Amino acid sequence: MPLLKTPFHERLEALNETGLWEHWSGYLTATKYQMSEKFEYVAIRDAAAIFDSSPLYKYRMAGPDAERYLTGVMARDPRPLQPGQAQYQLWCDDRGFVVEDGVLMRIAEDEFWLTAAEPNLDYFRRLAGRGDDLSIEETTADWGVLAFQGPRSRALLAGLAPAMERLPYFGLVATTIAKVPVTISRTGYTGDLGYEIWVPADAALRVWDTLWSATRGYNVIPFGQTALSMARIEAGLVLLDVDFHNARFAWTDADKTSAIELGFGWMLRDVETTDRSFIGRDALRREIREKSSRWKLTGLVVDWREYDRIFLAGGLVPPKDHTPIHDEYYIYDDDLRQLGYATSQMYSPMLQRHIALARVPLDRQAPGSRVKLELAVNHRYEYFDAYVTRPPLFNPPRKTAP
Amino acid sequence: MSAKAKPAPHKSAGRGASARAGRSGRSTKADRTYDAIVIGGGHNGLTNGAYLARAGLRTLILERRSLVGGAAITEELYPGFWFTTFSYALSLLRPDVVQDLELVKHGFQPILMPTTFCPMEDGDYLLLGQDRNENLKEIGRHSRRDADAYDAFDHDVGKVLQAMKPLMDMVPPDIFSDDPEELVALAALGSRFRRLEPKVLHDAVRLLTGSAADFLDDYFESDIVKGYLASASIIGSKVGPYSHGSGLVLLYHILGEHDGVMGAWSFHKTGNGGFTQVLSRAAQAFGAEIRLDSAVDSVITKGGAAVGVALADGTEFHAPVVVSALDPRRTFLELIDPRSLPTDLVDAINRFRFQGTSAKVNFALDGYPRYPALGDRTDQYRGFTNIGPSMEYLERAFDEGKYGWYSSRPYLDCAVQSFVDPDMAPPGKAVMSCFVQYAPYHLRSSDWDTERQGLGDTVQRTLESFFPGFGDLVLHREVVTPLDIERVVGLSEGNIFAGEFLAPQMFFFRPAPGWSQYRTPIVGYYQCGSGTHPGGCVTGGPGKLAASVILKDRAR
Repeated sequence: MPLLKTPFHERLEALNETGLWEHWSGYLTATKYQMSEKFEYVAIRDAAAIFDSSPLYKYRMAGPDAERYLTGVMARDPRPLQPGQAQYQLWCDDRGFVVEDGVLMRIAEDEFWLTAAEPNLDYFRRLAGRGDDLSIEETTADWGVLAFQGPRSRALLAGLAPAMERLPYFGLVATTIAKVPVTISRTGYTGDLGYEIWVPADAALRVWDTLWSATRGYNVIPFGQTALSMARIEAGLVLLDVDFHNARFAWTDADKTSAIELGFGWMLRDVETTDRSFIGRDALRREIREKSSRWKLTGLVVDWREYDRIFLAGGLVPPKDHTPIHDEYYIYDDDLRQLGYATSQMYSPMLQRHIALARVPLDRQAPGSRVKLELAVNHRYEYFDAYVTRPPLFNPPRKTAP
Repeated sequence: MSAKAKPAPHKSAGRGASARAGRSGRSTKADRTYDAIVIGGGHNGLTNGAYLARAGLRTLILERRSLVGGAAITEELYPGFWFTTFSYALSLLRPDVVQDLELVKHGFQPILMPTTFCPMEDGDYLLLGQDRNENLKEIGRHSRRDADAYDAFDHDVGKVLQAMKPLMDMVPPDIFSDDPEELVALAALGSRFRRLEPKVLHDAVRLLTGSAADFLDDYFESDIVKGYLASASIIGSKVGPYSHGSGLVLLYHILGEHDGVMGAWSFHKTGNGGFTQVLSRAAQAFGAEIRLDSAVDSVITKGGAAVGVALADGTEFHAPVVVSALDPRRTFLELIDPRSLPTDLVDAINRFRFQGTSAKVNFALDGYPRYPALGDRTDQYRGFTNIGPSMEYLERAFDEGKYGWYSSRPYLDCAVQSFVDPDMAPPGKAVMSCFVQYAPYHLRSSDWDTERQGLGDTVQRTLESFFPGFGDLVLHREVVTPLDIERVVGLSEGNIFAGEFLAPQMFFFRPAPGWSQYRTPIVGYYQCGSGTHPGGCVTGGPGKLAASVILKDRAR
């Protein structure tokens, strides 16, 4: 059976100048629409661009006990969430290892929507108590979702949905576009100003056509997976099966990452004091108390002068390739003892540096700590100075601006 | 369509710079005393001032105009349309300038121009992009042979570029000096070239001394491919592709890079004016003071040493280091008394060729031009549009320029910049920057004030012949003649490189034998403009290298 097509596919196919598609959770997704994925990336950072994120798994938790349920399942306390707000979330196993991450949206007092990279329906349903007045459904195919990201996204979207003018970072609102009821959240996976628009699948093309025509003349283009990943690495946003693995399916602890190790301590500030019981709490509490994290996910910025010098000495032109590398590269100290490893890296055109997301031991987590990144030059390993930086590496004020 | 984007927030680019206001008339001598004064707030003056301030020098940058940037400015010359009046693209900017001056922090944002569009006189075109295989396919449409040759050319030239690139970032050794340090530098340079593969060295010499046409003919048969590549061999220079010396101009123009891709050009956010605003923010962040509307009349000397500058209005500023970012003629013959200089030097500067030969015509357009063979497509405007369909076209354009007139069918390097930076024109509208050649500064039987609109009409007529209906799109036209470049920017004879790219005016001869190391015969008086090595284009190289020499001298 061929791969599924998203509700927007018909329009996107016509816009895909390359004919390149890849596989995302059973659906076709564009690698890039133009021959130059960098041009799409520039549109995200300089104008605005549209990404079809419909294949993302979606769940709806509804009922009087939905909040109580999520409070026990999610690692971050969802109770402060008001209807009309979203939060970045993760869920852990009972050893505090991350299962997955996603965005939790509170649609109403007793209704939540949650996104996830992988199927979780069975997992979520098993965690519902016998007496819970709660329904958990998968809604993946019910919605088409467009991520509209970039500095111009607010002004352009406000022309269609005036509520955008005042929608705060991680706010969400039910509104209409072309008379189609949509839910728009100020969220995204690019680390820029941006929105995600949830559209009923059967009305997807109507909304697409309206958004598309409203953005002509403003250099808005669709973008594919490559440009998305460029943006997300700069934004310090982790990717499942690249920067961490699902603890439910990892074979060894080395393939599991605790929420704190993954850099999500900020979500768990209440963990030491809270009476909220959630999956993984005790383990995370112990990890904080005993400072027993094995590593910390941080950003790395490669020393540009050393980088150029080493490649030039090898008779090569120093490559500055923006193509995201989703693979492990090892990190060492000056005596070439392994310290950790990088999980994603790229040359960032915005930052004009080679950057990476990497796991470093706690004694190197302070910004400015120096490590050595191992890269092959002329088929031999060379060791490049790199400096620890707190992610996000690219963080424009417009992202969170009121 | 109801969406209406707000005007972009950074529209101040090019409007009055954010420079600190000049001091009031009550200022005392003490607060008009600095460690270093830089004359000219063009990109090299700003770069130089930023490096000096970064090293802790109390630095003053004086700019004659009410905005910084020199030839690298962006102005709203027509409501809602932002023009890169003069300089319009980036490639040769030295990467260490970006890093050393922390330009990213201040908004440095080069934008990829992913295509090159070359219309042809028969209505066909060559459209190159970022994908090698697609490019080979497109070149193969014109010549199967040239598709293969393209890779060979790219590789051979790449090797030469790799060999030459380090020269861009070094102070030229003084070949006339017996100083052991200079001899060591010269020997290192010699041994660097001795180590090159013979073919690479030979190719380098062929490019440095020969014509672009000879070099390109070795690889290609297709006129459009050769016309496109040869265009870089004439830009800003009074040479045609068949002239010896055009190889050097070609080599220079591809010595740059964009994100590690050699020879690639990009466009800075809001144009090169956006870039110089970034530089000026960086300079000020390091502590440099920028004073606008401050035309320097002369450098004040005392006992053979520079001690300050006097403005046209008589105000004086004092510093033991004075750096001229102006061109060699102004630096040596106007800011100081030439009689205080060695005669040889004065002669050399008098002989230094400017003879500007380029112009700009900038358009505000009601929409994107249509190219008949591409129907309603407009994506070809993501990069440069090169009107130079064959070497013969370029050479014939040169013929007229050679004899003191502007080309009746000029070479045009066009960029519809609003296509890559939507903030530069209202939605659906466009700004188009057209670099024009040949337009010699010295006209045979007329003057540029008379011929300004004639040049504009010629350019528009040429565009109309490739893009039928072009004229109907024109909302506004801004013609910039070589005389305008001289008057507005201050570049002598309107030479965009502050002096021709001729072999005897490069490297250790730029701007004059014995004076290529940014110093002058006057102690404390330095030069940092594009008339010094490595030369013109927005490189920042002269500003950076001059600062390194100044700081070294101070440490002595």
